[in-house]
Amino acid sequence: MSLEPSDLKALNAYLKQGVQDVLFVPREKYLALMSKLYDVGFHFLSDLTAVDYLTYKGKRELPADIKAERFEVVVNLLSHALLKRIRVRVQVPEDLAEIDSIFSIFPSCENFEREVYDMFGIIFKGHPDLTRILMPEDWVGHPLRKDYPVSRVPVHFKESPGPL
Amino acid sequence: MSKVEKDHRQSVLRLSETQANALDIDETIIGPGETMIVNMGPQHPSTHGVLRVMLELEGEKILRSKPVIGYLHTGMEKTGEELTFVQGATNVTRMDYLSPLNNELVYCLAVETLLGVELPPRAIWIRMLMSELNRISSHLMWLATNGMDVGSTTMMIFGFRERELILAFFEKTTGLRMNHNYIRPGGVAADLPDGWEDDVEVICDTIPVRLEEYDEFITGQPIFRERLTGVGTLAAETAIELGVTGPLLRATGVPWDLRRTMPYLAYDQVEFDVVVGTVGDAFDRYAVRINEIRESVKIIRQILEKMPKGDYRVQDPKITPPPRARIDESMEALIHHFKIFTEGFRVPEGECYVAIESPRGELGCYMVSDGSAKPYRMHIRAPSFANLQSLPAMLRDHFVADAVAIISSLDPVMGEVDR
Amino acid sequence: MGLEKIPYNFLTGKLEDLVKWARTQSVWPATFGLACCAIEMMAVGAADFDISRFGMEVFRASPRQADLMIVAGRVSQKMAPILRQVYDQMMEPKWVISMGVCASTGGMFNNYAIVQGVDQIVPVDVYAPGCPPSPQTLLHAILTLHEKIRSGEIMNRRDKHSRVFVEDISSSAYVRHDIAVKPVRVARPR
Repeated sequence: MSLEPSDLKALNAYLKQGVQDVLFVPREKYLALMSKLYDVGFHFLSDLTAVDYLTYKGKRELPADIKAERFEVVVNLLSHALLKRIRVRVQVPEDLAEIDSIFSIFPSCENFEREVYDMFGIIFKGHPDLTRILMPEDWVGHPLRKDYPVSRVPVHFKESPGPL
Repeated sequence: MSKVEKDHRQSVLRLSETQANALDIDETIIGPGETMIVNMGPQHPSTHGVLRVMLELEGEKILRSKPVIGYLHTGMEKTGEELTFVQGATNVTRMDYLSPLNNELVYCLAVETLLGVELPPRAIWIRMLMSELNRISSHLMWLATNGMDVGSTTMMIFGFRERELILAFFEKTTGLRMNHNYIRPGGVAADLPDGWEDDVEVICDTIPVRLEEYDEFITGQPIFRERLTGVGTLAAETAIELGVTGPLLRATGVPWDLRRTMPYLAYDQVEFDVVVGTVGDAFDRYAVRINEIRESVKIIRQILEKMPKGDYRVQDPKITPPPRARIDESMEALIHHFKIFTEGFRVPEGECYVAIESPRGELGCYMVSDGSAKPYRMHIRAPSFANLQSLPAMLRDHFVADAVAIISSLDPVMGEVDR
Repeated sequence: MGLEKIPYNFLTGKLEDLVKWARTQSVWPATFGLACCAIEMMAVGAADFDISRFGMEVFRASPRQADLMIVAGRVSQKMAPILRQVYDQMMEPKWVISMGVCASTGGMFNNYAIVQGVDQIVPVDVYAPGCPPSPQTLLHAILTLHEKIRSGEIMNRRDKHSRVFVEDISSSAYVRHDIAVKPVRVARPR
């Protein structure tokens, strides 16, 4: 798999974090890639989150061999030795929202993956304790999905717009 | 896997909340060693917010534990998708409510990365000044609550007394004591008030003197030392495995500080030391934090000398609202003001991750924009969310009485853990 | 106290005044700091905005020993049953101050996760607006509460006037409790 640096327009010079490296990988090769990145020196998991692209209005720029799906799991890794960050983006389809858990490589993903499960409903295979972490355990629905309403309570005498 | 690695995974009590609720009073005594599962919190005397910890006890000794969070979940990431980029700082600032300016800073840095704007130098230095003052006030608050948890109510009163100095300066500059909404995309909301140098000098002169007082009556005090030395030790490899950052990581001996290793703003133009501990116990964390206050004072003194003159906001009419007086004179200014505050400014498509060093660790913001005036996805990587994963490893084989001291030395802020 | 059974006359009137005065002089709050407002509440307890001059600096951890619950911060769905449990454990006479806009009405978080006003769960006596209310606002709210105690009925029969449905706490309790209680006065912001 080749590294594809995705340039952001006129990255602000004072950030001094350099060009942000982003890697796209198909779901089947995800665990292997994370293993390889650990071996290369990215020992620290900064962040693991997901995005729901259901109502995305722009154009999704993905490499040719990656099929765009509804969900995308985004993992940010950091190497203390190389002073570099790298981002891995994996597409997860809606009908079978499952992906391997990287708990065996990065134990710090435990809380992050639980949160993604809670908020998006993506199941992480191999996670030791995949239960809801932020919402009550018997809550129905996954709040950060785009088809889950904000559940705004209508306020008297206020004509402020906003979804219900 | 080495012994260290295996150990921390066995410290976590894998029991879901529904199972814990369903346990009968007789069933709480399980296992051959007659262990007992006891609930601590979410409302308990330790002043660290609504954190619930399920403890598996053998007598007074903690074997395994599990922190349960979610009692302050506010749906801020969902709210962030409904607010425009200008309004976003008001939402994000309430996550880590002890260092609100840091939250606003990371959010604004992410927006500016996507926008591709270059900030004027004065804006950068003002942001640095506010960020460091916030670090001092957050650490003072930690000193106060940690002292209280360990038993010293005097420390609580003293910590708040110093903090009031800084909050008074914040109120003068930003208008509010907390949750300021001061750092906005494009710069800061208002310039520093006249006479700010004198106020900051007073802060810089008073705080080190008071810190000497604390050194006298806390650091050398036998009760304090007994309660904190050797308690809650965390090894460096375990810390990195569990995603720990901030003073917790530095106390274990790893010299990782984003201000030094991956500098943002103008941190490469000021001199300061990265404070590192040796053993990784609660006393080391206390030492790291109290010395970080001293380093922050050093940075602030340098900012006082080097503060450049100029604009405090980028002069792009599409991003920065015009001054209020101009609205009466110019139609264009009125239209820009209207557009910015009702519709908001549009940010080009893209995604980015930006991280800064907050008083608790690596605070990151992952933002996805779809070209409209609202973020498509705004995720904040909260340092306390990851740091809490080290709690079971730290609590293992300690007594229940130490649990409060350990949780307190971790310095979790539940607002950012639960978002 | 059994005072409500004694018919009101000249002698017992003085006794009631004495009791009400005594009640205002040391209202002990229960620790219920949730979010940012908790920091301002702690600042009120500290030296600059001393709450000890009103006899209230002892924040009791056990609700059984507390008189006042200052709900400081946003109440999430998971926290709501616990809030009700702590309120039920407090002994009469008890009062509730809803501190901050999140506790009063849900504040800026009008969404799925936050209970829109703590008065959906417990009857509130004084609302203190602000985000967060400055310590002066909270002190004003506390003094308003003191006035309410001094001038109100000896046994604040809130339950008689309100429709508070106390559901079984052990089951899922994100049920909204309808309450129709009017506080005596609303604390004005600074």
